[in-house]
Amino acid sequence: MTATVATAVCLLLGVPLAWVLARTAFPGRRLVRALVAVPLVLPPVVGGVALLLVFGRRGLVGGWLDATFGVSLPFTTAGVVVAEAFVAMPFLVISVEGALRGADARYEEAAATLGATRWTAFRRVTLPLIAPGVAAGGVLCWARALGEFGATITFAGNFPGRTQTMPLAVYLALEQDLDAAIVLSMLLLVVSVAILALLRERWVTQ
Amino acid sequence: MSLDARLVVRRPGFTLDIELTAAAGEVVALLGPNGAGKTTALRALAGLIPLDDGHVTLGGARLDATPTELRRIGVVFQDYLLFPHLTALDNVAFGPRCRRVPRKPARERARQWLDRVGLAEHVGAKPRELSGGQAQRVALARALAVEPRLLLLDEPLAALDARTRLDTRAQLRGHLASFPGATVLVTHDPLDALMLADRLVIVEHGRIVQTGDAATITARPRTDYVARLVGLNLYRGRAEGTTVLLPGGFPLVTSTPQQGEVFVAFAPAAVALYAARPEGSPRNTWPATVTSVARHGDALRIELAGPIAVAADVTPSAAVQLHLEPGREVWASLKATEATAYPSG
Repeated sequence: MTATVATAVCLLLGVPLAWVLARTAFPGRRLVRALVAVPLVLPPVVGGVALLLVFGRRGLVGGWLDATFGVSLPFTTAGVVVAEAFVAMPFLVISVEGALRGADARYEEAAATLGATRWTAFRRVTLPLIAPGVAAGGVLCWARALGEFGATITFAGNFPGRTQTMPLAVYLALEQDLDAAIVLSMLLLVVSVAILALLRERWVTQ
Repeated sequence: MSLDARLVVRRPGFTLDIELTAAAGEVVALLGPNGAGKTTALRALAGLIPLDDGHVTLGGARLDATPTELRRIGVVFQDYLLFPHLTALDNVAFGPRCRRVPRKPARERARQWLDRVGLAEHVGAKPRELSGGQAQRVALARALAVEPRLLLLDEPLAALDARTRLDTRAQLRGHLASFPGATVLVTHDPLDALMLADRLVIVEHGRIVQTGDAATITARPRTDYVARLVGLNLYRGRAEGTTVLLPGGFPLVTSTPQQGEVFVAFAPAAVALYAARPEGSPRNTWPATVTSVARHGDALRIELAGPIAVAADVTPSAAVQLHLEPGREVWASLKATEATAYPSG
């Protein structure tokens, strides 16, 4: 559930980001691209700590959020979404950016000569052209968000019904009820295998 | 809607600087070798690259600050760039849809355009299911469906095979004749330019080297590139009456008296070759050495070295009689009536 919301957040933020990275040149683009990839190499627990430092009640952004809107992200369901999106975003951005670079930018020019604004050209020409890349990135992103553990437990904690995700439940169940842990694990395994089986064909053909 | 433009685009090591006009209903061809800047000029007209200097005026209104999508300029790209995920019908309807025509009327208009280019049966086909000639016609219909004020064609026939090219060229000629706005056509094929355009603009190295109608350009080329295109020998020299002194001091007698700096042009077929020095009338004779022999249509094209480098066309039987092969020494002659001199200034 939170994985789906996190994927939606990633799509909303990640596709435009990928477009900016693929189609425009601006100073510091390499830095932005490196920052996008950081969660891939960072241990998720460290990512969680980083999120706490930024969004925590005394964090850089969190303090301001708390003071202005009375909103606090850590240890809430929204916090889970933020943690999952943070870790899963690179999968989407990298996948979509690759698809965009592979797509011929001149189709956008052709659309412009026919009277399409940049947004129309993106929506009606570019997006359909890169749809497979977006779909693959979205599925990878969702799978990564589903399995997210480290950043979530650090940033959002493990409150049943509020911030407890499946991997966290498995971890907890492992200490109390082995059978429940095995059932949950099997469920996650089946979902992961199904997704990989669906995607593998695409990877192989590419 | 007439076009009046001066296009200046600067790139490292290359500057495009041309002036271009086209009246309503007129077809102007930009002809030139690869890398001359023709496509750059077209992209600048469409607003796909910014001008470094100059202006684009269409029907009296300045367009150079207008973004591409508001210029109402139809473009047929070299490889057509049909949207691969849309049917032929939706490709053509794309333009009207962008101009807020509702879906149904837009499709109806697209259907009419496809009908006009003879593709009524292919409305539902995806671009990959179309042949090259069909794709070219869809691209033309797509460009015309927005009722553009100016039509730009980038090498519209270059991607087609020889047979399709002939048919498509004839059809394109018909569509261009019925298009009310100005048309600018870019090509490196002289035949396309001569067949489709009312006026030719020859571009080399980002500059215009010659403009004129087909007859003028083919009769009086002004650069080696144009002379080769239309298959003429071309020289620059200094005329005094009917005698033109070419570089190196070689005098050539022509039929057209001139004074001062001139071009002299004559067809390779006008050059006759002999084994020995010919007796009698021809005013221009000179010894020459064959450097190459190649097939050229029904004749053989002989390249000759000597006081002037000349191409000559001879029949295969004459070539056999004269034992024409590289290194062979012959006499070349040219009748004064076959050579034309015209001012180069």
